[in-house]
Amino acid sequence: MPAIEITDLTKDYPRGFWRKRLHRALDHLTLTVEAGEVFGLLGPNGAGKTTTLKLLMRLIYPTAGTAQLLGRPFTDVEVHRRLGYLPEAPYFYQYLTGREFLDYCAQLFGQAKAERRRRVGELLAQVGLVEAADVALRFFSRGMLQRVGLAQALINDPELIFLDEPMLGLDPVGRREVRDLILRLRAAGKTVCFSTHVLPDAESLCDRVAILNRGHLHGLGALDEILKIKVKASEVLVGQPTPALAEALRALADGVRAAGDKLTLTVADEKLYAVLDCIRAQGGRLLAVNPVRASLEDYFYEEFGTEKVPELTGGV
Amino acid sequence: MQRVAAIALNTFREAVRDRVLYNLIVFALLLMGTAILFGQISIGVESLIVVNLGLAAVTFFGLAIAIFIGIGLVYKEMDQRTLYVLLAKPVRRGEFILGKFCGLGLTLLVNTALMAVGFFLALWYVQRRISLPDPSLLAALYFIFLALLLATALALFFSCFSSPVLSAAFTFGLFIGGSLADDLRELGRMVELPWVKMAGDAVYYAVPNFRNFNVIAGVAQGHPVPAALLWQNTAYAALYIGLVLAASALIFQNRNLK
Repeated sequence: MPAIEITDLTKDYPRGFWRKRLHRALDHLTLTVEAGEVFGLLGPNGAGKTTTLKLLMRLIYPTAGTAQLLGRPFTDVEVHRRLGYLPEAPYFYQYLTGREFLDYCAQLFGQAKAERRRRVGELLAQVGLVEAADVALRFFSRGMLQRVGLAQALINDPELIFLDEPMLGLDPVGRREVRDLILRLRAAGKTVCFSTHVLPDAESLCDRVAILNRGHLHGLGALDEILKIKVKASEVLVGQPTPALAEALRALADGVRAAGDKLTLTVADEKLYAVLDCIRAQGGRLLAVNPVRASLEDYFYEEFGTEKVPELTGGV
Repeated sequence: MQRVAAIALNTFREAVRDRVLYNLIVFALLLMGTAILFGQISIGVESLIVVNLGLAAVTFFGLAIAIFIGIGLVYKEMDQRTLYVLLAKPVRRGEFILGKFCGLGLTLLVNTALMAVGFFLALWYVQRRISLPDPSLLAALYFIFLALLLATALALFFSCFSSPVLSAAFTFGLFIGGSLADDLRELGRMVELPWVKMAGDAVYYAVPNFRNFNVIAGVAQGHPVPAALLWQNTAYAALYIGLVLAASALIFQNRNLK
């Protein structure tokens, strides 16, 4: 049974004050996510990622189409007992402390007091907020709020977790922790569906992705499948080249970057052996040869053009 | 029911941690203190002045709390997007509305009780004796509480689809209109145009009749509150609040969050 089954999901928003025009935020989206997958929703701003998640969470209503979550209609309140959700840039009750807020969330799932206390303590430790647990949320930084948001999304030990931009506002350590958390969830058999602007995160975490643009589905599948046609070059790192070697390499390579006493060459596959022979013949020092796999960033640039490329924030 | 209780307690906690609430209570108690001064310069009618001013203060400040907190109950949660986390959980929108109402209802109960304590202290001071509270005064306080619940339900209703400023204006307008409902009906009957009479009658039946809950003038004069009025007002408030909350839930059920 798929964890998520979306069929023809469509959302129109009325725009304009006097003359209402319809803006289609999501256009007949159809996709399936299998149980146990880490699934990424990718796309530029306004692609329909957040709209999709908000529809599935019943925060907005579809114009057309339907969806099943864990085999039940997404409108069924009871199925939400088995779901977790982190909204984009979450806002919480400022007058509550982190502990009180998580306890409140646990109450909404009908958890008993002892169970709530145990679960809240466990999650505060998991997201690294034990010391700030009794501080009011209004004093929390953006990153700390994001951590509380993650904790509340897991309060009911959900089978299916939706995360809208989970890395937003986090420092590199925080991002690493969230990545590890998602991997732990996958290892525990959970299904994770998240939207992100941080493309390297999607590359490192997702089993499959859906690429959206202006409400349309542009690509669906494993990243390698989507990107494989673009693997056609290698990156060659050469240390301390002589001026003659550097000159010869510049003539062979498609791209050359100099940094300190090193040269980084981008070399088409058909010229790779010629470049390696040249380095060996002139006594150069070969430091590394890496295949250049086209990244999602390249994909976005090629498919949508520079104007619609998502913010490439914090790629590590 | 557990979810409604959780939302209600959280709403109560929010109100309790809001400084505005304490300011209003302090103002109410100050006004009751002022009532003592007025009483002292009104020879022979001290109690009358204290009862009138005291109960009016409970009504006015209770109404201020009901409106100013009530209008933000739903709107603020939508505007600040705190609702996202809540409604993604197994919470029905109707449960959210009911929980919010009960939470503010609990806040008003505690406030009215606190102000009632201040009121009786002021009354005992001018009467120079401590006695059991007069049942008619307790009934008057109970009616004020019912009126505040009704105002809360109206504020919550408007909060589901309009901005706080408009919600406050609508709720206050209905409170004034409902307090003058009898007069509006009489006005319609005094004019000989049939449509004016019909309009007066329509307003009379449509707006919540807040005048039914106002027995302050009578109890200040020492008139008892008829027992029938107790259950009549209770039933009227319950029915009206039920209808308003059902309408609120219906509107909120179909709203897209921004």
